[in-house]
Amino acid sequence: MENDGMQNGNENGRESAQSLAASPLEVHDLTVSYNRRPVLWDIDFTVPEGKLIAVVGPNGAGKSTLIKAAMGLIPSASGYVRFFGRDLSESRQRVAYVPQRTTVDWDFPTDALDVVLMGRYGRLRLFQRPRRADVEAAHQALQKVGMEQFANRQISQLSGGQQQRVFLARALAQDAELYLMDEPFAGVDAATEAAIVELLRQMRASGKTVIVVHHDLQTVQDYFDWVLLLNMRLIAFGPMETTFTNELLQKTYGGRLSLLTEVADLMRHEQRKERDPL
Amino acid sequence: MDLNAFWIILTGALAAGACALVGSFLVLRKMAMLGDAISHAVLPGIAIAFFLTGSRAPLPMLIGAGAIGVAASVMIEALHRNGKLQQDASIGITFTWLFAVGVILISLFAGAVDLDQDCVLYGEIAYVPLDVITTGGGISLGPRAVWVVGAVFLLNLLFVILFFRQLKIVSFDSALAASLGISTALWHYALVGMVSLTTVAAFESVGAILVVAMLIAPAATAYLLTDRLKRMLVLSVASGVLSAVGGYYLAALLDGSIAGAMAVVAGGQFALALAISSRRSGAGNPAFLSVPQLISNQHEKNL
Repeated sequence: MENDGMQNGNENGRESAQSLAASPLEVHDLTVSYNRRPVLWDIDFTVPEGKLIAVVGPNGAGKSTLIKAAMGLIPSASGYVRFFGRDLSESRQRVAYVPQRTTVDWDFPTDALDVVLMGRYGRLRLFQRPRRADVEAAHQALQKVGMEQFANRQISQLSGGQQQRVFLARALAQDAELYLMDEPFAGVDAATEAAIVELLRQMRASGKTVIVVHHDLQTVQDYFDWVLLLNMRLIAFGPMETTFTNELLQKTYGGRLSLLTEVADLMRHEQRKERDPL
Repeated sequence: MDLNAFWIILTGALAAGACALVGSFLVLRKMAMLGDAISHAVLPGIAIAFFLTGSRAPLPMLIGAGAIGVAASVMIEALHRNGKLQQDASIGITFTWLFAVGVILISLFAGAVDLDQDCVLYGEIAYVPLDVITTGGGISLGPRAVWVVGAVFLLNLLFVILFFRQLKIVSFDSALAASLGISTALWHYALVGMVSLTTVAAFESVGAILVVAMLIAPAATAYLLTDRLKRMLVLSVASGVLSAVGGYYLAALLDGSIAGAMAVVAGGQFALALAISSRRSGAGNPAFLSVPQLISNQHEKNL
Protein backbone atom coordinates (compact mmCIF):
# COMPACT_ATOMS: atom_id res chain seq x y z
CA MET A 1 0.00 0.00 0.00
CA GLU A 2 2.57 2.53 1.01
CA ASN A 3 5.76 3.09 -0.88
CA ASP A 4 8.96 4.92 -0.16
CA GLY A 5 7.98 8.18 -1.73
CA MET A 6 4.78 8.44 0.18
CA GLN A 7 6.39 7.68 3.51
CA ASN A 8 9.05 10.25 2.90
CA GLY A 9 6.35 12.74 2.03
CA ASN A 10 4.56 12.06 5.28
CA GLU A 11 7.67 12.46 7.37
CA ASN A 12 8.50 15.72 5.68
CA GLY A 13 4.96 16.89 6.35
CA ARG A 14 5.13 16.10 10.05
CA GLU A 15 8.50 17.66 10.54
CA SER A 16 7.65 20.87 8.77
CA ALA A 17 4.02 21.27 9.80
CA GLN A 18 4.93 24.04 12.20
CA SER A 19 7.71 25.60 10.17
CA LEU A 20 7.48 28.13 7.34
CA ALA A 21 8.12 25.48 4.73
CA ALA A 22 4.93 23.55 5.41
CA SER A 23 3.74 21.27 2.61
CA PRO A 24 1.46 22.96 0.04
CA LEU A 25 -1.15 20.27 0.66
CA GLU A 26 -1.58 17.66 3.36
CA VAL A 27 -4.56 15.33 3.27
CA HIS A 28 -5.24 13.33 6.42
CA ASP A 29 -7.57 10.33 6.66
CA LEU A 30 -10.00 11.88 4.18
CA THR A 31 -13.22 9.95 3.55
CA VAL A 32 -15.94 11.26 1.24
CA SER A 33 -19.31 9.74 0.43
CA TYR A 34 -22.13 10.54 -1.99
CA ASN A 35 -25.56 9.52 -0.73
CA ARG A 36 -23.96 7.47 2.05
CA ARG A 37 -21.95 5.51 -0.54
CA PRO A 38 -18.24 6.08 0.08
CA VAL A 39 -16.33 7.27 -2.97
CA LEU A 40 -13.04 8.03 -1.23
CA TRP A 41 -11.70 5.95 1.63
CA ASP A 42 -9.18 7.09 4.18
CA ILE A 43 -6.95 9.10 1.86
CA ASP A 44 -3.68 10.22 3.40
CA PHE A 45 -0.80 11.98 1.63
CA THR A 46 1.52 14.95 1.79
CA VAL A 47 2.44 16.86 -1.36
CA PRO A 48 6.06 17.99 -1.87
CA GLU A 49 6.67 21.56 -3.00
CA GLY A 50 7.53 22.54 -6.56
CA LYS A 51 6.43 19.34 -8.32
CA LEU A 52 4.06 18.60 -11.19
CA ILE A 53 1.79 15.89 -9.83
CA ALA A 54 -0.69 13.77 -11.80
CA VAL A 55 -3.75 12.24 -10.14
CA VAL A 56 -4.44 9.05 -12.07
CA GLY A 57 -7.06 6.34 -11.78
CA PRO A 58 -9.97 4.69 -13.61
CA ASN A 59 -13.36 6.33 -14.19
CA GLY A 60 -15.21 6.69 -10.93
CA ALA A 61 -12.01 6.41 -8.90
CA GLY A 62 -12.80 9.72 -7.21
CA LYS A 63 -10.08 11.87 -8.80
CA SER A 64 -12.20 15.00 -9.19
CA THR A 65 -13.90 14.25 -5.90
CA LEU A 66 -10.52 14.28 -4.16
CA ILE A 67 -9.77 17.78 -5.46
CA LYS A 68 -13.26 19.09 -4.75
CA ALA A 69 -13.21 17.69 -1.22
CA ALA A 70 -9.77 19.19 -0.59
CA MET A 71 -11.12 22.59 -1.74
CA GLY A 72 -14.14 22.17 0.55
CA LEU A 73 -16.55 22.21 -2.40
CA ILE A 74 -18.15 18.96 -1.25
CA PRO A 75 -18.39 17.84 2.38
CA SER A 76 -16.06 15.18 3.75
CA ALA A 77 -17.33 12.43 6.04
CA SER A 78 -14.09 12.49 8.01
CA GLY A 79 -10.47 13.60 7.89
CA TYR A 80 -8.96 17.02 7.35
CA VAL A 81 -6.89 18.98 4.84
CA ARG A 82 -4.11 21.51 5.39
CA PHE A 83 -2.82 24.01 2.85
CA PHE A 84 0.64 25.31 3.75
CA GLY A 85 0.07 24.00 7.26
CA ARG A 86 -3.14 25.99 7.67
CA ASP A 87 -6.85 25.73 7.13
CA LEU A 88 -8.03 26.61 3.60
CA SER A 89 -9.82 29.72 4.89
CA GLU A 90 -6.42 31.07 5.99
CA SER A 91 -4.59 30.25 2.78
CA ARG A 92 -7.08 30.90 -0.02
CA GLN A 93 -4.83 33.40 -1.81
CA ARG A 94 -2.09 30.77 -2.06
CA VAL A 95 -4.34 28.17 -3.68
CA ALA A 96 -6.00 28.25 -7.12
CA TYR A 97 -8.59 25.77 -8.33
CA VAL A 98 -9.37 25.12 -12.00
CA PRO A 99 -12.73 23.32 -12.41
CA GLN A 100 -13.49 21.11 -15.40
CA ARG A 101 -14.19 23.23 -18.45
CA THR A 102 -17.57 21.55 -19.01
CA THR A 103 -18.92 22.61 -15.60
CA VAL A 104 -19.68 26.16 -16.72
CA ASP A 105 -22.02 27.62 -19.33
CA TRP A 106 -19.83 29.01 -22.10
CA ASP A 107 -22.83 30.88 -23.54
CA PHE A 108 -22.67 33.17 -20.49
CA PRO A 109 -22.62 36.79 -21.69
CA THR A 110 -19.02 37.73 -21.00
CA ASP A 111 -15.61 37.89 -22.70
CA ALA A 112 -12.29 36.14 -22.13
CA LEU A 113 -10.68 39.04 -20.25
CA ASP A 114 -13.61 39.25 -17.86
CA VAL A 115 -13.40 35.52 -17.07
CA VAL A 116 -9.68 35.87 -16.31
CA LEU A 117 -10.39 38.93 -14.17
CA MET A 118 -12.62 36.72 -12.00
CA GLY A 119 -9.39 35.12 -10.78
CA ARG A 120 -8.66 38.40 -9.00
CA TYR A 121 -12.01 38.62 -7.20
CA GLY A 122 -10.63 36.79 -4.18
CA ARG A 123 -8.28 39.73 -3.60
CA LEU A 124 -10.97 42.39 -3.68
CA ARG A 125 -12.97 43.61 -0.73
CA LEU A 126 -16.79 43.52 -0.74
CA PHE A 127 -17.48 46.69 -2.73
CA GLN A 128 -14.06 47.13 -4.30
CA ARG A 129 -13.87 47.28 -8.09
CA PRO A 130 -10.99 45.59 -9.92
CA ARG A 131 -8.00 47.93 -9.92
CA ARG A 132 -5.71 48.75 -12.82
CA ALA A 133 -3.19 46.25 -11.43
CA ASP A 134 -5.85 43.51 -11.56
CA VAL A 135 -6.69 44.25 -15.20
CA GLU A 136 -2.96 44.31 -15.97
CA ALA A 137 -2.49 40.92 -14.27
CA ALA A 138 -5.39 39.50 -16.29
CA HIS A 139 -3.83 40.72 -19.56
CA GLN A 140 -0.48 39.22 -18.61
CA ALA A 141 -2.10 35.90 -17.76
CA LEU A 142 -3.82 35.83 -21.16
CA GLN A 143 -0.46 36.57 -22.77
CA LYS A 144 1.16 33.63 -20.98
CA VAL A 145 -1.36 31.20 -22.46
CA GLY A 146 -1.18 32.81 -25.91
CA MET A 147 -4.71 34.21 -25.79
CA GLU A 148 -4.05 37.96 -25.61
CA GLN A 149 -5.57 38.59 -29.04
CA PHE A 150 -8.83 36.97 -27.88
CA ALA A 151 -9.20 39.17 -24.76
CA ASN A 152 -12.42 40.79 -25.93
CA ARG A 153 -13.85 37.72 -27.63
CA GLN A 154 -17.21 36.44 -26.39
CA ILE A 155 -16.40 33.13 -24.66
CA SER A 156 -18.86 31.01 -26.66
CA GLN A 157 -16.88 31.92 -29.80
CA LEU A 158 -13.73 30.25 -28.45
CA SER A 159 -12.78 26.67 -29.28
CA GLY A 160 -12.64 24.08 -26.52
CA GLY A 161 -8.87 24.40 -26.31
CA GLN A 162 -9.05 28.19 -26.18
CA GLN A 163 -11.66 28.01 -23.43
CA GLN A 164 -9.36 25.75 -21.44
CA ARG A 165 -6.52 28.24 -21.88
CA VAL A 166 -8.77 31.02 -20.58
CA PHE A 167 -9.46 28.88 -17.52
CA LEU A 168 -5.73 28.40 -16.98
CA ALA A 169 -5.11 32.12 -17.48
CA ARG A 170 -7.69 32.77 -14.78
CA ALA A 171 -5.77 30.50 -12.42
CA LEU A 172 -2.51 32.29 -13.32
CA ALA A 173 -4.17 35.62 -12.55
CA GLN A 174 -4.82 34.32 -9.04
CA ASP A 175 -1.04 34.26 -8.62
CA ALA A 176 -1.18 31.33 -6.22
CA GLU A 177 1.52 28.89 -5.08
CA LEU A 178 -0.50 25.68 -5.32
CA TYR A 179 -2.73 24.90 -8.32
CA LEU A 180 -5.37 22.18 -8.43
CA MET A 181 -6.53 21.46 -11.99
CA ASP A 182 -9.40 19.16 -12.88
CA GLU A 183 -8.79 17.51 -16.28
CA PRO A 184 -7.25 20.49 -18.11
CA PHE A 185 -6.29 18.19 -21.00
CA ALA A 186 -9.82 16.86 -21.58
CA GLY A 187 -11.06 17.51 -25.11
CA VAL A 188 -8.36 20.01 -26.13
CA ASP A 189 -6.52 20.19 -29.45
CA ALA A 190 -2.85 19.22 -29.83
CA ALA A 191 -1.65 22.84 -29.90
CA THR A 192 -3.41 23.59 -26.63
CA GLU A 193 -2.08 20.40 -25.05
CA ALA A 194 1.45 21.46 -25.95
CA ALA A 195 0.81 24.97 -24.65
CA ILE A 196 -0.52 23.62 -21.35
CA VAL A 197 2.51 21.35 -20.91
CA GLU A 198 4.83 24.27 -21.58
CA LEU A 199 2.89 26.38 -19.09
CA LEU A 200 3.09 23.66 -16.42
CA ARG A 201 6.87 23.54 -16.85
CA GLN A 202 7.15 27.31 -16.53
CA MET A 203 5.07 27.14 -13.37
CA ARG A 204 7.35 24.46 -11.94
CA ALA A 205 10.40 26.57 -12.84
CA SER A 206 8.99 29.44 -10.79
CA GLY A 207 8.47 27.16 -7.80
CA LYS A 208 4.74 26.48 -8.09
CA THR A 209 3.21 23.18 -7.11
CA VAL A 210 0.62 21.84 -9.57
CA ILE A 211 -1.76 18.92 -9.03
CA VAL A 212 -3.54 17.77 -12.18
CA VAL A 213 -6.31 15.23 -12.61
CA HIS A 214 -5.13 13.38 -15.69
CA HIS A 215 -6.77 10.81 -17.94
CA ASP A 216 -4.19 9.81 -20.49
CA LEU A 217 -1.85 7.13 -19.14
CA GLN A 218 0.38 7.48 -22.22
CA THR A 219 1.49 10.99 -21.33
CA VAL A 220 1.71 10.78 -17.54
CA GLN A 221 5.44 10.04 -17.54
CA ASP A 222 6.23 12.78 -20.07
CA TYR A 223 4.30 15.54 -18.38
CA PHE A 224 4.64 14.95 -14.63
CA ASP A 225 7.23 14.40 -11.87
CA TRP A 226 5.12 12.65 -9.30
CA VAL A 227 1.99 10.55 -9.56
CA LEU A 228 -0.89 9.78 -7.23
CA LEU A 229 -2.61 6.50 -8.08
CA LEU A 230 -6.19 6.48 -6.90
CA ASN A 231 -9.05 4.02 -6.96
CA MET A 232 -11.36 5.01 -4.11
CA ARG A 233 -8.36 4.30 -1.90
CA LEU A 234 -4.90 5.74 -2.30
CA ILE A 235 -2.95 3.04 -4.11
CA ALA A 236 0.38 4.86 -4.17
CA PHE A 237 1.87 8.35 -4.18
CA GLY A 238 5.45 9.12 -5.07
CA PRO A 239 8.04 10.00 -7.73
CA MET A 240 7.27 8.77 -11.23
CA GLU A 241 10.15 6.26 -11.44
CA THR A 242 9.17 4.32 -8.32
CA THR A 243 5.41 4.76 -8.48
CA PHE A 244 4.31 4.56 -12.13
CA THR A 245 5.05 0.86 -12.32
CA ASN A 246 3.16 -1.94 -14.02
CA GLU A 247 2.45 -3.58 -10.72
CA LEU A 248 0.96 -0.50 -9.09
CA LEU A 249 -0.99 0.41 -12.24
CA GLN A 250 -2.49 -3.07 -12.29
CA LYS A 251 -3.45 -2.57 -8.67
CA THR A 252 -5.04 0.80 -9.49
CA TYR A 253 -6.99 -0.29 -12.53
CA GLY A 254 -7.62 -3.86 -11.36
CA GLY A 255 -9.09 -5.96 -14.11
CA ARG A 256 -10.13 -2.83 -15.90
CA LEU A 257 -6.71 -2.05 -17.32
CA SER A 258 -7.50 -4.70 -19.85
CA LEU A 259 -6.24 -5.17 -23.34
CA LEU A 260 -9.16 -3.09 -24.57
CA THR A 261 -8.20 0.09 -22.71
CA GLU A 262 -4.57 -0.35 -23.63
CA VAL A 263 -5.55 -0.55 -27.28
CA ALA A 264 -7.75 2.53 -26.91
CA ASP A 265 -4.94 4.47 -25.26
CA LEU A 266 -2.49 3.41 -27.93
CA MET A 267 -4.89 4.48 -30.68
CA ARG A 268 -5.31 7.88 -29.08
CA HIS A 269 -1.57 8.19 -28.82
CA GLU A 270 -1.20 7.40 -32.50
CA GLN A 271 -3.89 9.91 -33.40
CA ARG A 272 -2.08 12.57 -31.45
CA LYS A 273 1.10 11.82 -33.32
CA GLU A 274 -0.77 12.23 -36.60
CA ARG A 275 -2.26 15.54 -35.50
CA ASP A 276 0.97 16.85 -34.09
CA PRO A 277 4.02 15.31 -35.81
CA LEU A 278 6.37 16.96 -33.32
CA MET B 1 -51.58 61.14 -22.38
CA ASP B 2 -53.77 61.80 -19.38
CA LEU B 3 -52.49 61.54 -15.83
CA ASN B 4 -54.12 58.17 -15.14
CA ALA B 5 -52.44 56.61 -18.14
CA PHE B 6 -49.14 58.09 -16.99
CA TRP B 7 -49.42 56.55 -13.52
CA ILE B 8 -50.47 53.16 -14.90
CA ILE B 9 -47.61 53.06 -17.40
CA LEU B 10 -45.10 54.27 -14.80
CA THR B 11 -46.19 51.56 -12.36
CA GLY B 12 -45.99 48.89 -15.03
CA ALA B 13 -42.59 50.12 -16.24
CA LEU B 14 -41.09 50.24 -12.74
CA ALA B 15 -42.46 46.78 -11.96
CA ALA B 16 -41.16 45.34 -15.21
CA GLY B 17 -37.77 47.01 -14.71
CA ALA B 18 -37.46 45.67 -11.17
CA CYS B 19 -38.41 42.19 -12.38
CA ALA B 20 -35.99 42.34 -15.32
CA LEU B 21 -32.98 43.15 -13.11
CA VAL B 22 -33.33 40.11 -10.85
CA GLY B 23 -34.92 38.01 -13.59
CA SER B 24 -31.76 38.34 -15.69
CA PHE B 25 -29.81 36.47 -13.05
CA LEU B 26 -32.53 33.81 -12.80
CA VAL B 27 -32.25 33.24 -16.55
CA LEU B 28 -28.44 33.11 -16.45
CA ARG B 29 -28.47 30.70 -13.53
CA LYS B 30 -31.04 28.50 -15.34
CA MET B 31 -33.43 29.08 -12.47
CA ALA B 32 -36.31 30.56 -14.45
CA MET B 33 -38.66 28.02 -12.91
CA LEU B 34 -37.58 29.19 -9.47
CA GLY B 35 -38.98 32.62 -10.34
CA ASP B 36 -42.21 30.92 -11.28
CA ALA B 37 -42.18 29.00 -8.01
CA ILE B 38 -41.44 32.01 -5.82
CA SER B 39 -44.03 34.22 -7.47
CA HIS B 40 -46.68 31.64 -6.63
CA ALA B 41 -45.30 30.63 -3.26
CA VAL B 42 -45.47 34.16 -1.86
CA LEU B 43 -49.26 34.12 -2.21
CA PRO B 44 -49.87 32.75 1.31
CA GLY B 45 -47.39 35.34 2.59
CA ILE B 46 -49.46 38.10 0.98
CA ALA B 47 -52.68 36.64 2.37
CA ILE B 48 -51.29 36.29 5.89
CA ALA B 49 -49.89 39.82 5.85
CA PHE B 50 -53.25 41.15 4.67
CA PHE B 51 -55.00 39.22 7.40
CA LEU B 52 -52.66 40.27 10.19
CA THR B 53 -52.52 43.96 9.34
CA GLY B 54 -55.99 44.26 7.83
CA SER B 55 -54.57 46.53 5.20
CA ARG B 56 -52.15 46.65 2.33
CA ALA B 57 -49.40 48.28 4.35
CA PRO B 58 -46.45 47.55 2.10
CA LEU B 59 -43.71 46.93 4.67
CA PRO B 60 -45.18 43.89 6.49
CA MET B 61 -46.25 42.47 3.14
CA LEU B 62 -42.77 42.80 1.67
CA ILE B 63 -41.12 41.33 4.75
CA GLY B 64 -43.60 38.45 5.00
CA ALA B 65 -43.35 37.57 1.34
CA GLY B 66 -39.56 37.91 1.30
CA ALA B 67 -39.34 35.47 4.21
CA ILE B 68 -41.76 32.99 2.67
CA GLY B 69 -39.97 33.20 -0.68
CA VAL B 70 -36.67 32.26 0.94
CA ALA B 71 -38.47 29.56 2.94
CA ALA B 72 -39.90 28.16 -0.29
CA SER B 73 -36.47 27.93 -1.90
CA VAL B 74 -35.07 26.30 1.25
CA MET B 75 -37.93 23.78 1.04
CA ILE B 76 -37.14 23.12 -2.64
CA GLU B 77 -33.49 22.50 -1.80
CA ALA B 78 -34.41 20.26 1.14
CA LEU B 79 -36.79 18.12 -0.94
CA HIS B 80 -34.15 17.86 -3.64
CA ARG B 81 -31.18 17.06 -1.39
CA ASN B 82 -32.70 15.12 1.50
CA GLY B 83 -35.85 13.83 -0.14
CA LYS B 84 -33.94 12.60 -3.20
CA LEU B 85 -36.51 14.28 -5.43
CA GLN B 86 -35.67 15.74 -8.84
CA GLN B 87 -35.07 19.49 -8.81
CA ASP B 88 -38.05 20.23 -11.09
CA ALA B 89 -40.35 17.92 -9.14
CA SER B 90 -39.43 19.60 -5.85
CA ILE B 91 -40.11 23.00 -7.41
CA GLY B 92 -43.45 21.74 -8.73
CA ILE B 93 -44.56 20.34 -5.39
CA THR B 94 -43.40 23.32 -3.32
CA PHE B 95 -44.97 26.10 -5.33
CA THR B 96 -48.28 24.45 -6.16
CA TRP B 97 -48.74 23.48 -2.52
CA LEU B 98 -47.92 26.95 -1.16
CA PHE B 99 -49.99 28.56 -3.90
CA ALA B 100 -52.96 26.33 -3.00
CA VAL B 101 -52.61 27.29 0.68
CA GLY B 102 -52.61 30.92 -0.44
CA VAL B 103 -55.77 30.46 -2.50
CA ILE B 104 -57.56 28.94 0.51
CA LEU B 105 -56.37 31.73 2.80
CA ILE B 106 -57.57 34.40 0.39
CA SER B 107 -60.97 32.77 -0.02
CA LEU B 108 -61.25 32.56 3.80
CA PHE B 109 -60.29 36.17 4.44
CA ALA B 110 -61.82 37.70 1.36
CA GLY B 111 -64.72 39.11 3.33
CA ALA B 112 -62.50 40.50 6.09
CA VAL B 113 -60.02 42.47 4.01
CA ASP B 114 -59.96 44.31 0.76
CA LEU B 115 -58.56 41.47 -1.29
CA ASP B 116 -59.92 39.10 -3.87
CA GLN B 117 -58.46 36.32 -5.94
CA ASP B 118 -58.81 38.09 -9.26
CA CYS B 119 -56.77 41.04 -8.06
CA VAL B 120 -54.01 38.81 -6.66
CA LEU B 121 -53.86 36.54 -9.68
CA TYR B 122 -54.31 39.00 -12.51
CA GLY B 123 -53.43 42.34 -10.96
CA GLU B 124 -55.52 45.48 -11.04
CA ILE B 125 -53.17 47.97 -12.55
CA ALA B 126 -56.11 49.97 -13.95
CA TYR B 127 -57.03 50.95 -10.37
CA VAL B 128 -53.51 52.07 -9.43
CA PRO B 129 -54.28 55.82 -9.84
CA LEU B 130 -57.21 55.55 -7.42
CA ASP B 131 -55.12 54.62 -4.37
CA VAL B 132 -53.24 57.85 -3.76
CA ILE B 133 -50.96 58.84 -0.89
CA THR B 134 -51.79 62.23 0.54
CA THR B 135 -49.79 64.19 3.10
CA GLY B 136 -51.29 65.55 6.31
CA GLY B 137 -51.78 68.86 4.52
CA GLY B 138 -53.82 67.15 1.81
CA ILE B 139 -51.19 67.33 -0.93
CA SER B 140 -51.25 64.35 -3.29
CA LEU B 141 -47.96 62.46 -3.63
CA GLY B 142 -49.19 60.18 -6.38
CA PRO B 143 -50.36 56.57 -6.29
CA ARG B 144 -49.12 54.36 -3.48
CA ALA B 145 -48.23 51.58 -5.92
CA VAL B 146 -45.75 53.83 -7.72
CA TRP B 147 -43.90 54.47 -4.47
CA VAL B 148 -43.79 50.77 -3.54
CA VAL B 149 -42.75 49.54 -6.97
CA GLY B 150 -40.34 52.44 -7.39
CA ALA B 151 -38.68 51.69 -4.07
CA VAL B 152 -38.21 48.04 -4.99
CA PHE B 153 -36.88 49.02 -8.42
CA LEU B 154 -34.25 51.25 -6.77
CA LEU B 155 -33.46 48.52 -4.25
CA ASN B 156 -32.90 46.01 -7.05
CA LEU B 157 -30.80 48.51 -8.98
CA LEU B 158 -28.63 49.07 -5.91
CA PHE B 159 -28.40 45.32 -5.28
CA VAL B 160 -27.29 44.58 -8.84
CA ILE B 161 -24.81 47.49 -9.02
CA LEU B 162 -23.21 46.98 -5.60
CA PHE B 163 -22.95 43.20 -5.85
CA PHE B 164 -22.46 42.92 -9.60
CA ARG B 165 -19.20 40.96 -9.33
CA GLN B 166 -20.52 38.54 -6.71
CA LEU B 167 -23.70 37.84 -8.67
CA LYS B 168 -21.73 37.39 -11.87
CA ILE B 169 -19.09 34.98 -10.55
CA VAL B 170 -21.60 32.90 -8.60
CA SER B 171 -23.80 32.66 -11.70
CA PHE B 172 -20.97 31.81 -14.10
CA ASP B 173 -18.74 29.52 -12.05
CA SER B 174 -19.97 28.68 -8.58
CA ALA B 175 -17.07 26.27 -7.99
CA LEU B 176 -14.51 29.03 -8.59
CA ALA B 177 -16.53 31.41 -6.43
CA ALA B 178 -16.57 28.90 -3.57
CA SER B 179 -12.84 28.25 -3.96
CA LEU B 180 -12.23 32.01 -3.63
CA GLY B 181 -14.26 32.09 -0.44
CA ILE B 182 -17.36 33.74 -1.98
CA SER B 183 -20.41 32.04 -0.46
CA THR B 184 -22.63 30.62 -3.19
CA ALA B 185 -25.43 29.87 -0.72
CA LEU B 186 -25.44 33.45 0.61
CA TRP B 187 -25.82 34.96 -2.87
CA HIS B 188 -28.34 32.34 -3.92
CA TYR B 189 -30.63 33.23 -1.03
CA ALA B 190 -29.96 36.96 -1.42
CA LEU B 191 -31.16 36.71 -5.02
CA VAL B 192 -34.15 34.57 -4.01
CA GLY B 193 -35.02 37.13 -1.33
CA MET B 194 -34.87 39.99 -3.85
CA VAL B 195 -37.02 38.03 -6.31
CA SER B 196 -39.58 37.48 -3.56
CA LEU B 197 -39.66 41.19 -2.65
CA THR B 198 -40.00 42.13 -6.30
CA THR B 199 -42.79 39.66 -6.87
CA VAL B 200 -44.83 41.06 -4.01
CA ALA B 201 -44.23 44.64 -5.05
CA ALA B 202 -45.19 43.85 -8.64
CA PHE B 203 -48.13 41.54 -8.05
CA GLU B 204 -50.56 44.41 -7.62
CA SER B 205 -49.74 45.80 -11.01
CA VAL B 206 -49.32 42.68 -13.11
CA GLY B 207 -50.70 39.97 -10.83
CA ALA B 208 -49.07 36.93 -9.27
CA ILE B 209 -49.22 34.88 -12.45
CA LEU B 210 -48.10 37.44 -15.00
CA VAL B 211 -45.22 38.62 -12.82
CA VAL B 212 -43.46 35.48 -14.04
CA ALA B 213 -43.63 36.86 -17.57
CA MET B 214 -41.94 40.06 -16.38
CA LEU B 215 -39.25 38.11 -14.49
CA ILE B 216 -38.31 35.98 -17.48
CA ALA B 217 -39.40 37.41 -20.85
CA PRO B 218 -37.47 40.75 -20.87
CA ALA B 219 -34.37 39.00 -19.49
CA ALA B 220 -34.59 36.24 -22.09
CA THR B 221 -35.06 38.85 -24.83
CA ALA B 222 -31.97 40.75 -23.68
CA TYR B 223 -29.99 37.50 -23.41
CA LEU B 224 -30.61 36.89 -27.11
CA LEU B 225 -29.56 40.39 -28.13
CA THR B 226 -26.15 40.84 -26.48
CA ASP B 227 -23.13 38.93 -25.26
CA ARG B 228 -22.17 41.25 -22.41
CA LEU B 229 -23.73 41.04 -18.98
CA LYS B 230 -24.01 44.78 -18.32
CA ARG B 231 -25.66 45.37 -21.67
CA MET B 232 -28.00 42.46 -21.00
CA LEU B 233 -29.15 44.07 -17.75
CA VAL B 234 -29.75 47.45 -19.43
CA LEU B 235 -31.55 45.87 -22.38
CA SER B 236 -33.74 43.74 -20.13
CA VAL B 237 -34.93 46.84 -18.25
CA ALA B 238 -35.52 48.61 -21.57
CA SER B 239 -37.52 45.65 -22.85
CA GLY B 240 -39.56 45.61 -19.64
CA VAL B 241 -40.34 49.33 -19.92
CA LEU B 242 -41.30 48.90 -23.56
CA SER B 243 -43.64 46.07 -22.56
CA ALA B 244 -45.37 48.37 -20.07
CA VAL B 245 -45.83 51.20 -22.57
CA GLY B 246 -46.77 48.96 -25.48
CA GLY B 247 -49.02 46.83 -23.30
CA TYR B 248 -50.97 49.83 -22.08
CA TYR B 249 -51.80 51.02 -25.58
CA LEU B 250 -52.49 47.49 -26.84
CA ALA B 251 -54.97 47.06 -24.00
CA ALA B 252 -56.55 50.41 -24.80
CA LEU B 253 -56.83 49.38 -28.44
CA LEU B 254 -58.38 46.01 -27.60
CA ASP B 255 -60.25 47.29 -24.54
CA GLY B 256 -58.77 44.26 -22.69
CA SER B 257 -56.67 43.42 -19.64
CA ILE B 258 -53.72 45.80 -19.26
CA ALA B 259 -51.53 43.31 -17.40
CA GLY B 260 -52.28 40.62 -19.98
CA ALA B 261 -51.40 42.98 -22.81
CA MET B 262 -48.10 43.92 -21.14
CA ALA B 263 -47.11 40.26 -20.88
CA VAL B 264 -48.14 39.68 -24.48
CA VAL B 265 -45.97 42.57 -25.67
CA ALA B 266 -43.06 41.15 -23.61
CA GLY B 267 -43.55 37.79 -25.32
CA GLY B 268 -43.77 39.48 -28.73
CA GLN B 269 -40.41 41.18 -28.14
CA PHE B 270 -38.89 37.83 -27.26
CA ALA B 271 -40.17 36.28 -30.50
CA LEU B 272 -38.74 39.21 -32.44
CA ALA B 273 -35.37 38.89 -30.67
CA LEU B 274 -35.33 35.17 -31.43
CA ALA B 275 -35.90 35.92 -35.11
CA ILE B 276 -33.13 38.52 -35.43
CA SER B 277 -30.62 37.12 -32.93
CA SER B 278 -27.33 36.37 -34.63
CA ARG B 279 -25.40 35.60 -31.48
CA ARG B 280 -26.95 32.26 -30.60
CA SER B 281 -25.54 29.99 -33.24
CA GLY B 282 -26.43 27.01 -31.13
CA ALA B 283 -22.82 26.21 -30.33
CA GLY B 284 -23.58 25.39 -26.73
CA ASN B 285 -26.96 23.84 -27.37
CA PRO B 286 -27.05 20.02 -27.04
CA ALA B 287 -29.51 19.89 -29.94
CA PHE B 288 -26.77 21.15 -32.23
CA LEU B 289 -24.04 18.81 -31.01
CA SER B 290 -22.96 15.89 -33.09
CA VAL B 291 -23.00 12.41 -31.60
CA PRO B 292 -19.19 12.23 -31.10
CA GLN B 293 -19.31 15.59 -29.29
CA LEU B 294 -22.05 14.30 -27.02
CA ILE B 295 -20.03 11.19 -26.24
CA SER B 296 -16.89 13.16 -25.48
CA ASN B 297 -18.92 15.56 -23.30
CA GLN B 298 -20.28 12.59 -21.40
CA HIS B 299 -16.77 11.25 -21.13
CA GLU B 300 -15.56 14.49 -19.58
CA LYS B 301 -18.30 14.51 -16.97
CA ASN B 302 -17.03 11.48 -15.05
CA LEU B 303 -15.96 11.76 -11.41
